[in-house]
Amino acid sequence: MSILNVEGVSLSFGGVKALRDVSMQVEKGSITAVIGPNGAGKTSLFNSISGFYKPQEGRVLFEGEDITRLPPPRRAALGLGRTFQNIALFRGMTVLDNVKLGAHVRMRTGLLSAFWYLGKARREEAEIREQIEREVFDFLEIDHIRRHPVANLPYGLQKRVELARALAMRPKILMLDEPVAGMNREEKEDMARFILDVKEHWGMTVLMVEHDMGMVMDISDQVYVLNFGQLIASGKPAEVQANPEVIQAYLGSGDVSTLREKLGARKRVA
Amino acid sequence: MEWLFFFEVSLAGLGTGGLYALTAIAFVLIYKATRVINLAIGEMLMVGAYLFFGAAAGWALPWWLAIIAALIGGGILGIVLERGVIRPLLGENPISVFMVTIGLGSILVGMVELIWTANPRSLPNFFPTDPIFIGDAFLAPKTFWSFVVAAVVIALFLLLFRFWRGGVALRATASDQGAAYAMGINVPAVYSLAWCLAGVIAAGAGILLGSIGGISSEMGFFGLTVLVVVIVGGLDSVLGALLAGILIGWMEAMAGVYLGGEYEHLVTFILLMVVLLLRPYGLFGTREIERL
Repeated sequence: MSILNVEGVSLSFGGVKALRDVSMQVEKGSITAVIGPNGAGKTSLFNSISGFYKPQEGRVLFEGEDITRLPPPRRAALGLGRTFQNIALFRGMTVLDNVKLGAHVRMRTGLLSAFWYLGKARREEAEIREQIEREVFDFLEIDHIRRHPVANLPYGLQKRVELARALAMRPKILMLDEPVAGMNREEKEDMARFILDVKEHWGMTVLMVEHDMGMVMDISDQVYVLNFGQLIASGKPAEVQANPEVIQAYLGSGDVSTLREKLGARKRVA
Repeated sequence: MEWLFFFEVSLAGLGTGGLYALTAIAFVLIYKATRVINLAIGEMLMVGAYLFFGAAAGWALPWWLAIIAALIGGGILGIVLERGVIRPLLGENPISVFMVTIGLGSILVGMVELIWTANPRSLPNFFPTDPIFIGDAFLAPKTFWSFVVAAVVIALFLLLFRFWRGGVALRATASDQGAAYAMGINVPAVYSLAWCLAGVIAAGAGILLGSIGGISSEMGFFGLTVLVVVIVGGLDSVLGALLAGILIGWMEAMAGVYLGGEYEHLVTFILLMVVLLLRPYGLFGTREIERL
């Protein structure tokens, strides 16, 4: 059963077509990866799903509901959580405050009622905090830096805190934009393990954009390959890896125009 | 005796400084949340003072009700400005938005003059009039009480900013808009909230200022000194705004008494220049602020 459906999404900025007629499905409880060379439209697709961009054509369905026009906060409330390619933590706040803000979306008391019924709001906050500490901090092994300001943490830990913040949202689908970009081997292995655990122990669906082929092939159930804003292949990691078009897109044919021709030809055939 | 005089002048300076700090907080609030340099803050303050005047003298409401009405009016003004003028300019060149706020200031002055004429007025007094003595030093009761009120409001605001969920949403938005948006924080609502709170604070400062020195449509010039305060403090620093407000209030009082009234603003702007030369991002500001 698919939890997220992207149907024929096209997105352009002025004359630049960032996405052309992209369709994909994310199965519930799977790890789905979107890969592609630089500028292929991966992040544009991600932003169309999380609501930062509004595609000109096509629909995005989440659990069967059309969310194409919903603003990001509404999507967050429905259960889409995400991280960013460049770390987007709230600098100047502690790790705990950052993660608590992730739980913001789960609080039932509104802004004003949290103000008036201090007692109730405080109880709710205490409960959520306890829950976060039990689950997220232990799970991601960041308990020891709970009180640290995030700005001073090493890169790999910042990435982990960002993941913690997204997890605190308890999303139904966790969207990771390049979760291991810029990490060393050890940090990458840790992150891959966490992502697998998120799927296996927490039963969350993971959708990620990633450059690191090794990691994508290791942990993904389903891979989509984008190039020049178009979907050129999809399938199990092994299938995608063997696909000549994917190899060409990644290694390059040495000539962009032949590649474009090839893509055009494929479309005509289809 | 000399020291007593110095002490008295200092206290009076701190009184004005409290008002600078209060208005500067309104300014910083808008800047932090929406990255708009709002030059109309002085005029928003003036409108607040006139709303109080209108409610207290025009409708003959009791003073406390008139204050509540003026504060609510100030908040509504903030929301209307944000939704009507600032929101459509989102994403435009910061200098355009900056210029628009200057225009807004003129429009507000014009509107006030249409309704209440350009004549200076005095506000009904609502402060206790018993003289205040701190040790041997005498302090004008209005100055004392307005400082107390400003201090209480500032403290309240800091608590809100720190602990209230709306305040947390504000801080998150100020820190990283994209992330806040993805975390389920309604960023456009936070924009309105920031302008609304700033409007309320500015109106409150206007009432205090007006009750000390009377009101006129030119009260908005107060905003110019507030601009100096926030630049000295560092545009996005609440702490900087507080300290710079007090410092500049005190320096103006000193200059006014010991050098002569014409030196008040001279000293302020000399301080501005020195601070900008030494620390271009203000005393407590973030380094990577985009300068206009």
